[in-house]
Amino acid sequence: MTFKPQKYLLLPLSLFMALSQGLASAQTLRIGLAEDPDVLDPTLARSFVGRIVFSSLCDKLFDIDEKLNILPQLATSYEWSADSKALTLKIRQGVTFHDGEKLDAAAVKFNIERHKNLPGSNRRGELAPVASVDVIDANTVRLNLSAPFAPLLAQLTDRAGMMVSPKAAQAAGDKFGSNPVCSGPFKFAERVAQDRIVLEKFANYWNKDAVHFDKVTYTPIPDATVRLANLKSGQLDFIERMASNDVENLMKDKKYKVSRITEIGYQGITINVGKSEQAKKNPLGRDAKVREAFELSLDRQGLAQVVMDNEALVGNQWVAPTNSYYAKNVPMPKRDIEKAKALLKEAGVVKPSFTLMTTTASDAQRLAVVIQAMTRDAGFDVKIQTTEFATSLNMADKGDFEAYVLAWSGRPDPDGNMFSFHGCKQPLNYAGYCSAETDALLNQSRAERDPVKRKKIMEQISAQVLKDRPVIYLYHRNWLWAYNGKLAGVRNIPDGLLRVSGLKMAP
Amino acid sequence: MTSYLVKRLLSVLPTLLLVSMLIFGLQQLLPGDPAKILAGEEQDPNVVAYLTAKLHLDEPLPVRYGYWIAGVVQGDLGESVRTQLPVLSLILQKLPVTAELAFLAMCVAIVIGIPAGIASAVGRGTVWDYAANVFALWGLSTPNFWLGILMIMLFSVHLGWLPASGFVSPKEDLLGNLASMAMPAFVLGNAIAAVLMRHTRSAMLQVMQSDYVRTARAKGLDERTVILKHALRNALTPIITLGALEFGTLLSGAVLTEQVFTIPGFGKLILDAVFNRDYAVVQGVVLFTATTYIMLNLMADMAYFWVNPRLRK
Repeated sequence: MTFKPQKYLLLPLSLFMALSQGLASAQTLRIGLAEDPDVLDPTLARSFVGRIVFSSLCDKLFDIDEKLNILPQLATSYEWSADSKALTLKIRQGVTFHDGEKLDAAAVKFNIERHKNLPGSNRRGELAPVASVDVIDANTVRLNLSAPFAPLLAQLTDRAGMMVSPKAAQAAGDKFGSNPVCSGPFKFAERVAQDRIVLEKFANYWNKDAVHFDKVTYTPIPDATVRLANLKSGQLDFIERMASNDVENLMKDKKYKVSRITEIGYQGITINVGKSEQAKKNPLGRDAKVREAFELSLDRQGLAQVVMDNEALVGNQWVAPTNSYYAKNVPMPKRDIEKAKALLKEAGVVKPSFTLMTTTASDAQRLAVVIQAMTRDAGFDVKIQTTEFATSLNMADKGDFEAYVLAWSGRPDPDGNMFSFHGCKQPLNYAGYCSAETDALLNQSRAERDPVKRKKIMEQISAQVLKDRPVIYLYHRNWLWAYNGKLAGVRNIPDGLLRVSGLKMAP
Repeated sequence: MTSYLVKRLLSVLPTLLLVSMLIFGLQQLLPGDPAKILAGEEQDPNVVAYLTAKLHLDEPLPVRYGYWIAGVVQGDLGESVRTQLPVLSLILQKLPVTAELAFLAMCVAIVIGIPAGIASAVGRGTVWDYAANVFALWGLSTPNFWLGILMIMLFSVHLGWLPASGFVSPKEDLLGNLASMAMPAFVLGNAIAAVLMRHTRSAMLQVMQSDYVRTARAKGLDERTVILKHALRNALTPIITLGALEFGTLLSGAVLTEQVFTIPGFGKLILDAVFNRDYAVVQGVVLFTATTYIMLNLMADMAYFWVNPRLRK
């Protein structure tokens, strides 16, 4: 027998590791997030990752399914008044908050009013048309609107529809986020900033049969490679936003599963067409023909392939081509260099030059470089300016840019992807686009509840805005989730938020 | 000595005041409106206005500084606007993590760096010397994040021995804590070990040529005693100074290593706070670190006093 010293050196190390790793409980679902969430108060919260935690912590009045249909959650049914200015909700009976308080119509009224009135509330704009709330009876509540507002139901499927315990909220004031009390399948247990958020199963949950874990932990790990390494080493069961170039390899491994869900948001290029004087100083901001030529010089599929490893669905609108509100009257233009050159000639510009601002995110930088190379064929001279996100946002807000690579995480109702971006003087209208006709149509689309009629209005908006091109839409990224192959029941909801209810770990 | 101590303590106060002004002033040079960053994706004008008022961003710089320093004097470093957590509790939460990581990294650096430096100096021109120099070059030129990811791939993904990232409190599980700290401590310690090795080598080479070492040898002392007892003791002085400086740097947070291994220490706290323009957190952490530095410096000066009797006169 030969003596192998390394064997004896490794033995205690292996034992030590086995001991330290064996403590993980089989009943805990361990989720890796790409960022650390902000405050855990649905009224004040602003971040996308915060919504992932909320989906286990705070139930909402409504939820959405894989096809963006609105489903009942805390509200079991709804009814609009004939003039569309009142929405009556029936509240689910027998629901309690994590502190044992009853969730009834009065609690719903408290929450809607809190969303509207708490200083610093991020929900105020989402619920702006709600003028007052009436409690009809213990389980019925009516939201009275100042004007018809079709996206209201969709707003109630997100943080604006989340209900927190009135007693706990009143007691904690604006510190509620450090110990949130809601009515979701899991209750808040602990948070160590930048390290973990721990939730524990809520024994009195109204739908407890759908909950199969005792605990959920959320760990922020910013680096996608390290997040994946944690999944592969068995430290995590689920990771969000894996890197697109890791998908192919991971899919070959039967121990893991990958989910890809087309986002409800988009990746686009915002063009300064009227935000500041700078809009008039470059041909792209000045002339819609130059913008059309720029769009025609782009090969969207090529961009998706090179930048996103094909993990994106190409599109030319604020909703994906698979969305029921996609305007088929404005089809996606194909790359046409000759036509682009002809348009530039018509516009009297031979070699249009402009600066494309991008954030430091790696995919945004890749996108800018590919666009630079692609549009050169038509004669464009694109200069790239890479700027840290906070600074770029400030510059965009001041109109100190010519074109800006900007993505939007999306909202279930198309209104959330267009109103604030294309309405005159709206907060997200970095392009500085303003058209009285478009504004009138945007307001009409908010007032119209009939989906068929609303779609007709949206088609008119699309025809107008996509001709003016304040934003050139490129593609809709896939949410890429990777998880333990034994995890069953993962639902691919387009908002990119994992629902833990219904998830089960096979033995 | 007492009057010296009092003088030094009194000089700390204006230094800290100046540091607080610098921290506050320099941060204002960062581009971007904090209220807009903190307002999130929606950019609701009401929220931006609320945050502007809450953070006193619409007031002149000296007034804003006054609000902040008044709180600091009363022990209130403010709260993180992003997470609503008090800055002081964030600091106290992160301090043990950073201190432990710094301590373990220094242990790794000392255990590797000093023996390698001695071996290199003693065996100058031999294979040991070349090996130690190659190690030093490797340690100095290997980026921490790259080495970190390679180690994760090997020890976590491939071999499954160590957790890929995260921090386990020693109060919860001591073994788990050491397992979670092993790789980040090695990555950080490795780079410092290279610096220590180079300094130990040059200090030892210098000392070994001095007269007293020759005398020790002439007296017939064995080589081991000459090197470890006579040469190393004198060579250690500059190495200790360097080690203390490196330790101080580690205490202010190792941004990249903490980011790769998701260690919730000062580095990660301050990095996230800068990107999110969470001013109260940045100011609080930098002021705390600066105070620690100044106090450590003061303690070092006091220690010289104690060690060197001539200074007491």
